[in-house]
Amino acid sequence: MSNVYLIIVLAPLVAALLAGLLGRVIGRAGAHSVTILGVATSFVLSAWVMKAQLIDGLATYNAPVYTWLVTDGIRMQVGFLIDHLTVLMMVVVTFVSLMVHIYTIGYMHDDDGYQRFFAYISLFTFAMLMLVMSNNFLQLFFGWEAVGVVSYLLIGFWYKRPTAIFANLKAFLVNRVGDFGFLLGIAGIVYFTGSLDYATAFHFAPQIAASSFTLFEGQGYNAMTVICICLFIGAMGKSAQVPLHVWLPDSMEGPTPISALIHAATMVTAGIFMVARMSPLFELSPVALSFVLCIGATTALFMGFLGIVNNDIKRVVAYSTLSQLGYMTVALGVSAYGAGIFHLMTHAFFKALLFLAAGSVIIAMHHEQDMRHMGGLRKYLPITYWTCLIGALALIGFPGFSGFFSKDALIDAVGQSQIPGARYAEFCVTVGVYVTALYTFRMIFMTFHGEERMDAHTREHLHESPWVVTVPLVLLAIPSVVIGWLTVGPVLFGHYFDGAIVVSPAHDVLGELGREYTGQGGFLLKAFAHLPIYLAAAGVASAWALYLRWPAIPARLRASLAPLYRVLDNKYWFDWFNENVIAAGARSLGRLFWHVGDEIVIDGALVNGSARGVSWLAAVVRHVQSGYLYHYAFAMIIGLSALIAFLIFRT
Amino acid sequence: MIGLPHFLLLAGVLFSIAVAGVFLNRKNLIVLLMCIELMLLAVNFNFIAFSHWLGDLNGQVFVFFILTVAAAESAIGLAILVVLFRERRGINVDDLDTMRG
Repeated sequence: MSNVYLIIVLAPLVAALLAGLLGRVIGRAGAHSVTILGVATSFVLSAWVMKAQLIDGLATYNAPVYTWLVTDGIRMQVGFLIDHLTVLMMVVVTFVSLMVHIYTIGYMHDDDGYQRFFAYISLFTFAMLMLVMSNNFLQLFFGWEAVGVVSYLLIGFWYKRPTAIFANLKAFLVNRVGDFGFLLGIAGIVYFTGSLDYATAFHFAPQIAASSFTLFEGQGYNAMTVICICLFIGAMGKSAQVPLHVWLPDSMEGPTPISALIHAATMVTAGIFMVARMSPLFELSPVALSFVLCIGATTALFMGFLGIVNNDIKRVVAYSTLSQLGYMTVALGVSAYGAGIFHLMTHAFFKALLFLAAGSVIIAMHHEQDMRHMGGLRKYLPITYWTCLIGALALIGFPGFSGFFSKDALIDAVGQSQIPGARYAEFCVTVGVYVTALYTFRMIFMTFHGEERMDAHTREHLHESPWVVTVPLVLLAIPSVVIGWLTVGPVLFGHYFDGAIVVSPAHDVLGELGREYTGQGGFLLKAFAHLPIYLAAAGVASAWALYLRWPAIPARLRASLAPLYRVLDNKYWFDWFNENVIAAGARSLGRLFWHVGDEIVIDGALVNGSARGVSWLAAVVRHVQSGYLYHYAFAMIIGLSALIAFLIFRT
Repeated sequence: MIGLPHFLLLAGVLFSIAVAGVFLNRKNLIVLLMCIELMLLAVNFNFIAFSHWLGDLNGQVFVFFILTVAAAESAIGLAILVVLFRERRGINVDDLDTMRG
């Protein structure tokens, strides 16, 4: 089997190298053919592995395939751990990636960097697969950094735009903060277990939980809590949780296909995946779980608010992604890892769909992204409209759609949880449903309905996108509708994740829900007895009232709630804080070291100072050198006499 | 009876005269060379005196070496002196201060 896994990983890499290094030779068609072939190979084989595991009962595979080096007893290996969790991620990643590859043919049609773009996204698929299929922390970290690098390259894909360069640098720097925590977490695990393997780390988990780090005398911190929080800081960077979320909205400077693939469906969910994978560790630290819960809840609600005030169609979807990532993190925090991964999967489909639909709108609008210049696009872009509507309904949790099952189960799970912070999280995710519906349908109404606000020239050229764009939309719309219905039972309440995810009986909220679960129909009916579904309806109704029925209200609301609007418009001043406190502080600290430490102390006192000291001393001492032989002889005689006198009178 | 101390005293006096010559002489480089020769002679005296009194011939062998070296040295010294004279039209010691710091 290991050959199959190797092919799954390496096919996109080979394709990326071919398209990247030989792009000129094989041309545009060659580049997209070879990369699509590579990713399609991965997808087909992943699906085949999934089938083999689910239907034919193929056992979990966990073995190293290559030992890079052994140092001080720590084995650094490349290895695969293929269980139900991994195979789910593999299928989702390769499927979305395949759709995005096809879509890109249409979206990047006129771009000079065509081959380069295909090479990058194929390379991304390779890195992401390395990340999810890893069986050790080193490879996980490799994949983690590699997807970060590709993300950096793709955000700055249009490298002549200053804003894109700023955004990719920002993404890279913010991720460094997270990665620092992640590395510390890995180092903590190596410190306690002496191994990078997941299996060993999980085996030693109880011992880690029983030991502690002592920072100051008499003040110990539980080792597991420290390690888990460090690992989660890594996840916060990658999965854009408050306060390390600032890079994700700016990453929309990149081309839309990668916003769909990297910054919505796959890479940003790496943090969620990682925490779920580390569930045996997180389960042993209630403090870390509460931390995860509160961060997730804050992200889920407060990033949703920002979606309401933004006018850039991609940024609205980006804030929605942040908010949904917050939901997933909340699920992790209440130990409903299955719900988190389930939401990750459904979200990957419908969010990729929404992004690609937004991209289709952007193509039609000639790269205009401001929703205030759109409106009434429904009749020009029927396929885009309907698929986008499906994505939106899935996102807000319309009953029966995929997002409904994942989000409803998630909110129920939070309601069941009793850990500290659970009530705050419950409030956030419940209100978040209303906010989600509001901003999603605000986007739909402003883009596709209402009066046509674009200029005449654009309107004349409006037409539906080519088939390479619409086919992926349709193919993504199908799972957005049905995947929840089909898989909610087995994945969420069945035993799908047994062995891959460990939940201690005390926190097993999904198990509690599973006992009441009677099938999709029952789940659906039960939802009508709960608040979220009505909140979602209220959100849609509000959006309709505000943006279609009485379009004058938003402006008046904005005027009367000016302070609140300022808070949202400035995105809670996170960017301001980062630029003026952290970045400026770092710069002034650097300037201090430069002027005082380097210029005055090192250059001034040490380097030039010692030279000046020597020259001063030499200026004094040179007067001793008279040049007369008898002076030197005299000095010698004096010295000799002194030496002899010393030797004689020593005793 | 003339004993070891007398020889040592003579050597010491000779050496002191030589040192004084080096210090006091400001005019003539040749005198300087002669003073150095005198120092070597004083040392030779010590060697011979000790060699005789201790009954060890090694000291006298050393004296031969020193005499040879001294002869060679004064030959070289004089040669340098001649060149120096041609160069500077004089052998005044006070004028030779090119090494002044």
